[in-house]
Amino acid sequence: MKDVNIIPLFVIIPLLTAFLIALLGKTIKNFSEKIIVASSSLLLAFSLYSQILLRHTPLKTLVYNVGGWLPPFGISMVLDGLSSFMLIVVNLIAFFVAVYSLSYMEKYTDKPKFFTLFALMVSGLNGVIVTGDIFNLFVFLEIASIASYALVAFGTQAEELEASFKYTIMGTVASSFIFLGIVFLYGFASTLNMAHMASVLNSKLSIWLLPFVSVLFLAGFSLKAAMVPFHGWLPDAHSSAPASISAMLSGVLIKTLGIYAMMRIFFNVLGITQAQLSILMFLGSLSIITGAILAFSQWDFKRLLAYSTISQVGYIVLGLGLGTPLGIFGALFHLFNHSVFKSLLFLNSGAVDYAASTRDLRETGGLNKVMPVTTKTNFIASMSISGIPPFSGFFSKLIIIFACIQKGHIGYGLCAVIGSILTLIYFMKLQKFVFLGELKDKFKQIAEVPYLMRFSMICLAAICILAGFLLLPALRPFLDRASDVLLGGTNYAAAVMGAALR
Amino acid sequence: MSLYILCMILFCIGIYGVLRKRNLVKIIIGLAIMGYSINLFLVLLGYRFHGRAAIEAETQDILSMVDPLPQAMALTSIVISLGILALVISIAIRIYEKYGTFDITKIKRLKG
Amino acid sequence: MSLIVKTITRLIVGLVLLFGIYIVLHGHLSPGGGFSGGVIVALSFVLMMLAFGEDVAVAKISRNLASNLESIGALMFLFIAILGFLGGSFFLNILSTGTPFKLFSAGTIILSNISIGIKVGIGLFAIFLALVILEKTKRER
Repeated sequence: MKDVNIIPLFVIIPLLTAFLIALLGKTIKNFSEKIIVASSSLLLAFSLYSQILLRHTPLKTLVYNVGGWLPPFGISMVLDGLSSFMLIVVNLIAFFVAVYSLSYMEKYTDKPKFFTLFALMVSGLNGVIVTGDIFNLFVFLEIASIASYALVAFGTQAEELEASFKYTIMGTVASSFIFLGIVFLYGFASTLNMAHMASVLNSKLSIWLLPFVSVLFLAGFSLKAAMVPFHGWLPDAHSSAPASISAMLSGVLIKTLGIYAMMRIFFNVLGITQAQLSILMFLGSLSIITGAILAFSQWDFKRLLAYSTISQVGYIVLGLGLGTPLGIFGALFHLFNHSVFKSLLFLNSGAVDYAASTRDLRETGGLNKVMPVTTKTNFIASMSISGIPPFSGFFSKLIIIFACIQKGHIGYGLCAVIGSILTLIYFMKLQKFVFLGELKDKFKQIAEVPYLMRFSMICLAAICILAGFLLLPALRPFLDRASDVLLGGTNYAAAVMGAALR
Repeated sequence: MSLYILCMILFCIGIYGVLRKRNLVKIIIGLAIMGYSINLFLVLLGYRFHGRAAIEAETQDILSMVDPLPQAMALTSIVISLGILALVISIAIRIYEKYGTFDITKIKRLKG
Repeated sequence: MSLIVKTITRLIVGLVLLFGIYIVLHGHLSPGGGFSGGVIVALSFVLMMLAFGEDVAVAKISRNLASNLESIGALMFLFIAILGFLGGSFFLNILSTGTPFKLFSAGTIILSNISIGIKVGIGLFAIFLALVILEKTKRER
């Protein structure tokens, strides 16, 4: 089997899992649990292997021609540094969330359906990452979105349905914008392959089309990534979903559908301009401040975390908007860190909900005496997200702030610093009201959550601590290869075409 | 050109429906209109004058044909919007069951 | 429903079903294909459900069978795609493409059309059934 053959497996394995569970999950006992763990660990192994594969590839790009059709005629799948980086992020979180869900989903009735939708969502996310065809990107984006709409409404309580309705409407409007942009691009460039499109757009100038399409994409992807003027749906959707799904949504879904797709299209296909970078920087810093201030006044555990997501995604967008090597490096590093610690925080909220059956900060308190593992992992994640030195969040935020100062944007740097301080404040509030203080009588009897849930939380906490080592020279290529793809801009076209014809 | 502009007007009508209407069902209809307008635009983009469908036939030669790729894309997009509409309608029915109303100003248990 | 509707339905429902199957099978030769044919197949069941009530339609295809067949359709499609690996590439058309304009030509495309037809036909029927059942349980309450 040739090396490039692993690329379609990222889509095949979760799709196969989804339909097998749908077919056999009801009849064979514990079938869905076994197969979901098997497939997600396989995916994690393959995505780690893709890093090793890339190290030995000359162009740092691998292209798979689906059906043997060469680009620009067929659909191609592209694995480069950025795709490989995102694959690792998605499949790492998906693996731990799947393990966590084995115990957590006991309180819901229909586990096979949950795992079917979960696997479909993973296949959509992986598909968005590996595809090299812009319409295929839209299709996978919709697969992931539809699965997530259904997963948000999974509990079918009144609040969940309301949140899911809001999320569906906003998500569909965003998809319509993205699709309209793709249609305009197709009408202009007469090709759907992203690499070929980039080279056509380079050679064929147009005055009005590119700005118009950029606005459509910016609106669509900002809605998907919940940047501040477009953030209304996120707190509802992310706080109403089952906790493991909140972890997926906050941890990887908005990053893949929003940030990754935006990076790929703006940097590699359209070729980013200074005006677009300034808009991204402005939106990013607006998100940082607004999200942090709104999070500050929340009394619901998960709603606080959801607003915190808006604020932290702002850091990523700010770093991308700087457009300098250091800024993009910091943004990608923060993307990795944020997906780890935000998933961990949502899993913690699920653990508190599982044991104490409440998410209201005013009702909980003193849980450190009965839930030591949750408390410790939550402490690590909170310190990491607020940027306290030995933990991972500190390094990525520091790099973004340095990049701001290096580029001369002192104001934006100040925004990032203020956002970080506000983050520390509202996570102190979280610690105080949930884990510290007096233990109430009604919580005296509760026990720590089952071991599978503990396993996921401990592993993610360990990654939180160890992620700082990614800056070491031995491990830096992991991030460097990803940022090189973005810095290369429309050289993406040449790289993909070269790798496809080889 | 005027046909393209009409498509965009249809798109704007869809957005108006989503943003301005208060009934859940009317919002869903707005979403559907948005989707259809894009599909229409896509198919129009692929149209060539006096072209015929890009399907080979045994008996006749094809001199000019319309672009088949937008039609395939429109079909895919129709399938996707079918899935979304089915999902969102079932959610709307469930919401009606829980809240007893289709008015979005009365469906507001989530806030903050 | 009234007697006229029932009689007409009884007469044409078989034809609608056959037409759907025709569209599915001739997807590689004429306009149509798995999705369009599948929709027509589903509509024949929906027509029956509208004319005679949901119980008659459910007696023909139960909910469990519907969801199983739907997964089987999807798995078949995926399996045909994976079969391409035998020839070296995902989605590769490995069967002989035959002579053009004959029914048994175009290799795996006809098989893919059939599996999509199953998936879409049953899937749409299942969606309609789910909405009807939702409505019915509400009325009973």
